[in-house]
Amino acid sequence: MSARIVTANGLRDGEVLYLACGGRWSRDLAEAEPAETEQAEAALMAIAERAVRCRDVVEAYAMAVTVEDGAPRPLSQRERIRAAGPTVGTDIATERGR
Amino acid sequence: MPVIKDGRLVEDDWTFIPDFLPLDEVARPVVSLARWRDGDCALRARNGRLGLRLPNDTDPAAIGADLDRFALIELEFPVFKDGRAYSQARLLRERHGYRGELRAVGEVVRDQYFFLERCGFDSVSVAGDKADQGRALEGWYEAMAEISVPMQPAADQRPPASSLRERRRAAAVAS
Amino acid sequence: MYRYDEFDSTLVNERVVQFRGQVARRLSGELDEDHFKPLRLMNGLYLQLHAYMLRVAIPYGTLDSLQMRRLARIARVYDRGYGHFTTRQNIQYNWPKLAEVPDLLAELAEVEMHAIQTSGNCIRNVTADHFAGAAADEVEDPRIHAEIIRQWSTLHPEFSFLPRKFKIAVTGAARDRAAIKVHDIGLQLRRDAAGEVGFRVIVGGGQGRTPMIGPTIREFLPKADLLSYLEAILRVYNRLGRRDNLFKARIKILVASVGADIFAAMVEEEWRALRGGSLDLPAEEVARIAAYFAPPPFENLPAQDTGFEAMRFEDRDFARWCRTNLHVHKQPGYAILSISLKPVGGVPGDATAEQMEAVADLAERYGQDEIRVSHEQNLVLPHVRLRDVHAVWQGLVAAGLGAANIGLVSDMISCPGLDYCNLANARSIPVAQRIATRFADLDRQHDIGELKLKISGCINACGHHHVGHIGILGVDKKGREFYQITLGGSAGEDASLGDIVGPAFSYDDVVDAVESLVETYLDLREEGELFLDAYRRVGLAPFKEALYAGH
Repeated sequence: MSARIVTANGLRDGEVLYLACGGRWSRDLAEAEPAETEQAEAALMAIAERAVRCRDVVEAYAMAVTVEDGAPRPLSQRERIRAAGPTVGTDIATERGR
Repeated sequence: MPVIKDGRLVEDDWTFIPDFLPLDEVARPVVSLARWRDGDCALRARNGRLGLRLPNDTDPAAIGADLDRFALIELEFPVFKDGRAYSQARLLRERHGYRGELRAVGEVVRDQYFFLERCGFDSVSVAGDKADQGRALEGWYEAMAEISVPMQPAADQRPPASSLRERRRAAAVAS
Repeated sequence: MYRYDEFDSTLVNERVVQFRGQVARRLSGELDEDHFKPLRLMNGLYLQLHAYMLRVAIPYGTLDSLQMRRLARIARVYDRGYGHFTTRQNIQYNWPKLAEVPDLLAELAEVEMHAIQTSGNCIRNVTADHFAGAAADEVEDPRIHAEIIRQWSTLHPEFSFLPRKFKIAVTGAARDRAAIKVHDIGLQLRRDAAGEVGFRVIVGGGQGRTPMIGPTIREFLPKADLLSYLEAILRVYNRLGRRDNLFKARIKILVASVGADIFAAMVEEEWRALRGGSLDLPAEEVARIAAYFAPPPFENLPAQDTGFEAMRFEDRDFARWCRTNLHVHKQPGYAILSISLKPVGGVPGDATAEQMEAVADLAERYGQDEIRVSHEQNLVLPHVRLRDVHAVWQGLVAAGLGAANIGLVSDMISCPGLDYCNLANARSIPVAQRIATRFADLDRQHDIGELKLKISGCINACGHHHVGHIGILGVDKKGREFYQITLGGSAGEDASLGDIVGPAFSYDDVVDAVESLVETYLDLREEGELFLDAYRRVGLAPFKEALYAGH
C-alpha cells in the first residue's frame, strides 16, 4: 500500500525525525504515521508546520512510502539512506561496535 | 513608514509617487527613474527637494550629470539576497560624488546594516509595527558594534586593517 | 605561515560573537529559517541529509600541528571522531549540532581558524597550490597573494550577496596543481619579458551543470594591482551576473554570454577608475604578509641521502610508496611528502581524529610544523628532510595512512554523494570504494600509472568529474542510481573537459565499466604513454567499443 509520511530535522541538533502518532516526533521511521489520503496528509503537514513555527523542527515535508506489515518503507533511495544513515562512513564500524 | 537614519528612528517625510499621480501637493516626492528621464520641464525646473528611486539594474552613471538635483536616492533590495544595490551605492558615493541621502528600501534586514553603512547608505526603511521598529533600531546599534576592524576600504570612514597597521608602523618609527 | 595580528584576531572573534547572536535569534524565533539560512551558509553551516554539516576554512590549505590537533579535538568533541577534507582544501564535519556550533567556532578562533565564507553567495575560501613554497617550478609563493585576497574578501560589504558563489584559486607555478582554469577566477604568477612578477588572470571557468575552461582576460597584471583588478571583476559580476536563474548565475555564464573580449573590456574600464586607489596595499604591508611565507630555515644538505637510498633499496614497500608519494623539493636534501587519504576501502578524504593527531605529530617532529590539504583530498608535508622520510613513512603506516597511491587509480576524488549530501542523486563513496577494491593490487596500479578518476554524485560536480581522466557522474534514473562516464578531462595546465562515452551504467555495472576502460588503455598504450595521453591520441572510439560492443 502506498502512503505518505512527514519528516523534518530537529532544529537544535539537526537530527532526522518522523512525525508519529499524536503529533510526536520520532527518530524511528517505523513509528511514522502514514497518511493515506490527501486530507490526512494535510493534517500531518499542519502539525508539522506548527512544529516549524514553534522551532522544534526545520524543513518539514511529506514523502512517499509503501507500507508493509504496518512499517513504512521510503520509495526513494534518498529517503531510504536518510532513514537508515549513510551506507558507508569512517565512523560506521565504531558506531556499530558500540 | 519610518526609517533608521544616523542611528535614530525618524518618521519618513519622503513619499514615493507612482508615475501616474501628480506631484503638485507633495512636499518631498520620490520619483521613478522613468519619470525623471521622461520628465517635463516642470519636473526638471522644480525648486523643491526631489528624491529618486533607482532600479537596481541601472548603472548610476546614467544619472551622473543629474545627481545634484536629488536630495535623496533610494536603492532597491527586492529580496535581501539581491546585492546589486551595494555596488550602485559605492559607485554613487565614490565615483560620482553623490552627497545626498542614500536609502535602502525593500527587504532590508538587520544583518545587512553593517554592509549597507559601509557601502555609503545612510538610511534604511523599516517595516512592521512599533515593536518591530524598536527591534530594528536595537539591531542597528548591535550591527554597527559587531565588527570593529573591516578588512578592506569601502565608502565609509572606517580605517581598514591595512591602514591601522600602517598607522602602527608609523607610530613605531616615530617613537 | 601567516599569523594573526590583533586585527585579524579581533575580526574572527567578533565574527564568532556575531554568529552566536544569529544562532540565538534563530533559536528564539526572531529569525525564521528563510532568513537564517543565508546567514548560516555564510558561516559554512549546511543542513544536509542526516544532520547539520559545518565546513571549516583552511585558507589555501595551509595549517600547522596546533591547528590540526584542534581539528582533531573538534572531531572528537563536537562530531563523531572524524572529518572530511574537501576539494577546496577545507574540512567538513558531518554531525555538529546547531546549538553547539558557536562554541565550536570559538575553539577554532583560539587557533586562528574560522568558517567564514565557506558557503553562501560570496567570495569563498581562497585556494592555492598545495606545494606552494616547496615546489621547484615556482615563480613565487602564491600564498602571499592568497592571504592578501583572504583578508580583502573577508566580510566584503559589496560582495557578500553576489548572484552566486565565487571561487578564486592562485598558483605560483606553470604546472597547475590548483585547477585554476576551472575556477571563477584563476591567478597564475608569472614573469613578463622584463622579469617582473605579475599574474595571468583567468575568469569564468567552472564545473557544475555548464562546465567551462576559463579564458584568460589579462596576460599580465602587475602584482600591486591585484586587489583593484579583483574588485573590478567582482563589481562587474555583482552588477551584471544573472539573478533570475540559479543555474545561470555563475560568472562563467556572464563571461560566455558577452564574450571574453567584451567582458575583459568591461573589467578594464572599471579598473581604470579603481586602480591606484585605496585598495593598493602599501609595500610595507605586502612585505609584512610575505615575511610569514619566507622559506623555513633549510639545512644545506647534499641532494642525495645515503640512509634514505639504503632504505629504499632494502624495503620494497617503502620504495613503492616513495615512487608515488614523494615529490621534488626546491631545496636539495628535502622532499615534498604526500599523505594519501585514500586507503583501499576507506572514504576518500576522511581522516579520524587519531590520524589527524598522528599527522600533526609527524609535521611537528619532521616537517617544519607545516601541513597542507590538497584539492585532491590528500594531505601534504611540504618540507621533509630526505633522511627523515623513512621515519615519517613508518609513522604514517602505523596510523593507517601509508597508502602508496598518489596519482594512481585508487587516489580518487569523490564528493560525499547521496550518503551525506542533500543535493546528490546517487552515491559516490561506495563506488569509489568498490573501484579501489577492484584495483587493490598495488603492482597493477603502478603498472597502470597516473590515472585521475573523479566521482560526483550529482551535476553540481563537487567531485570534479568533468576534469577527471575518467569522470563518473551519478544520476537518478527512476529511483535507481546510474553512472555516466566521461573520458579525457584534465584539471591541469592542459585543462580539458571530459567527453561523455555513452549511456550510463548501473551501480552494479559501473566498476566493470571502469575496469574495461583501463584494460582498453593497457592494450593500446604506447611505451610510457599515460592514460590521458593515450586517450588524446586515440579518442573515444576504442573505449566506446570496449564498453558497448556486446550491447
